[in-house]
Amino acid sequence: MMIPTVLILGAGSDMAVAIARKFAANNYAIQLAARKPELLHAQEQDLRIRHNVAVTSHGFDALDFESHVSFFQSLPVKPDVVICVFGYLGDQEKGQNDWQEASRILHTNYTGAVSILNVVAEDMAARKTGTIIGISSVAGDRGRMSNYLYGSAKAGFTAYLSGLRNRLFHAGVHVMSVQPGFVNTRMTEGLTLPPLLTAQPEEVANDIFKAASKKKNVVYSKWFWRYIMLIITSIPEFIFKKLKL
Amino acid sequence: MVKQLSNWGNYPILDCDESSFTQEEQLTQYVNTHDHIIARGNGRCYGDASLGEHSISTLRYDKVLQFDTENGIFECQAGITLDQVLAITVPRGWFLPVTPGTKFITIGGAVASDVHGKNHHAEGSFSNHVITMDVLTGVGFMSCSPENNPDLFWATCGGMGLTGIITKVQFRLKKIETAYIRQKQIKAENLDEIIRLFDEYKDYTYSMAWIDCLKKGKNFGRSILIVGEHATKEELSDKQKAAPLLLPDKLKLTIPFNLPSFVLNNFTVKAFNMLYYAKNYKKEMNGVVPYEPFFYPLDAIHHWNRGYGKQGFVQYQFVLPIDRKEGLAAIMHRISDKGWGSFLAVLKVFGKQDDLISFPMEGYTLALDFPVRKGLFPFLDELDALVLEYGGKLYLSKDARMQQEVFWKSYPNAERFANIINTYNPVGKFRSVQSDRLLITKP
Repeated sequence: MMIPTVLILGAGSDMAVAIARKFAANNYAIQLAARKPELLHAQEQDLRIRHNVAVTSHGFDALDFESHVSFFQSLPVKPDVVICVFGYLGDQEKGQNDWQEASRILHTNYTGAVSILNVVAEDMAARKTGTIIGISSVAGDRGRMSNYLYGSAKAGFTAYLSGLRNRLFHAGVHVMSVQPGFVNTRMTEGLTLPPLLTAQPEEVANDIFKAASKKKNVVYSKWFWRYIMLIITSIPEFIFKKLKL
Repeated sequence: MVKQLSNWGNYPILDCDESSFTQEEQLTQYVNTHDHIIARGNGRCYGDASLGEHSISTLRYDKVLQFDTENGIFECQAGITLDQVLAITVPRGWFLPVTPGTKFITIGGAVASDVHGKNHHAEGSFSNHVITMDVLTGVGFMSCSPENNPDLFWATCGGMGLTGIITKVQFRLKKIETAYIRQKQIKAENLDEIIRLFDEYKDYTYSMAWIDCLKKGKNFGRSILIVGEHATKEELSDKQKAAPLLLPDKLKLTIPFNLPSFVLNNFTVKAFNMLYYAKNYKKEMNGVVPYEPFFYPLDAIHHWNRGYGKQGFVQYQFVLPIDRKEGLAAIMHRISDKGWGSFLAVLKVFGKQDDLISFPMEGYTLALDFPVRKGLFPFLDELDALVLEYGGKLYLSKDARMQQEVFWKSYPNAERFANIINTYNPVGKFRSVQSDRLLITKP
């Protein structure tokens, strides 16, 4: 049997490390892609030694939209699974009156993701096979004063993934969206997160792998976030706007 | 971010600013912009050795860099835990050269505490198997080994993170044929007998004893000696032979320790340990067991430390020189008279070790838990005085309360150690609550 390959976009993050290990443990060949591929050396070695799989590293900048086509074409093997992990939480307050910050949040989480996944989608649609997994966020389920720049970009990304899923279903390509809640990573290190609601990156990686093998469409991680968000999205707007969330 | 941190003993609990890193540059930048830093691995030391104003977590710095499966040489970033190392090496026929009683510590922690295992008398402590390591000191990144910058090397082994942040470690593994241990358990009626048994079975690579610290009279010091060797293929059962290097999937316990943590109180521990003794209904029992219950019986109970409640506990581990075994009886008598310590304690004989600051030295070491309560610390000060009187010392990785003069009197190289720290950590950038308390660094 052919060994499947997974491409991980934004490979340096804690979530990506956990996802790569999970797929490598299940005998996937790994393609790591990040802005500074030279920093991926240790991670590459780690995956090879732990799981005895083939690993390659590639330079990829989510904000350099022009480069996305050539990036994807340059991959030595076309991946069977593509996971879009990169994201930028940014600083909401700063972004409110600093367009640099706001645009970086929007373009990393939305435009960059759309730009690269458009390329991937064309390729998979033509080959009539493959899986695309996008890591969105529960922050996209409803805008809140504390992070609506990030949340709105993730909302856009969630809608993009659902549309892509609809389109690619007819080509035999599976698209899965992941809505993690709080995850204990370097990105959230400065935030106070409630321990019971906070997942470890390894838990999210396990959820993703399991859900992808079952061809789920939308997966919340941890699972109860689906219900938390159901409640949050059910609050009438005239009440919601008065809350300080 | 500032949060409340405590280590395995849940005492003390302190406000610490915790950060992590995944790349060397992030660490360098952090160290350049902060003071009062102490590295923290998985928080399995018991006391305040890895607590400080700024604690830098190594847990995300956990990549394996090299594994030479021919010669058993392993190189990794310091934040990887022993259980991850074992998961990689055991299926390929290699084992940790030295392991403490939990596999949930990091390699960096193993070096900083210079951990010992059941094989200390035969194979020394962890530092004896380290080939080379990298440390981000107060004067920059440095490599060290017993040959290269030996003063830094020896001050870092057992040095509780005071030379800087250990970032990479290369060490030797030990060849194994199987993932099983051929184990022998022998009951001893009392302290004299267990000491005699240790001597009789000293040719075994692994040995330790569970000792009853509360029993008085003729059964004072009754115990179970547990010795073992890595099993060869021939020694396995047919079922085990099918996959001799199989990594244990989940812990399968041979002793009844798998209680939910909330029932682990003084009363139930006593009851279960009675059963534990009773289970060894024969004087001597032999078996071939997976390595996990042999090395890590307590890891099976997640968070067993919570069993001691909110106040936490301290683990008291001391070592006495080999020719002062009367001190062992004297200290144990004080503990059994007081009745405050854990019912079961671990007794072990160390082999020779004479280095800068590591805990082991040739002699007897005893470790037991004391739940924190009113009057405990004055009582432990009394025990400290006895330990000093008999020429012993306390294990820094488990300490949360020793007075500074105990450290300076009991560690023969304390002065030299402090001088080396001054060379590599000149402005006291790396310091912990413990090092301030012991006046190794200036508070």
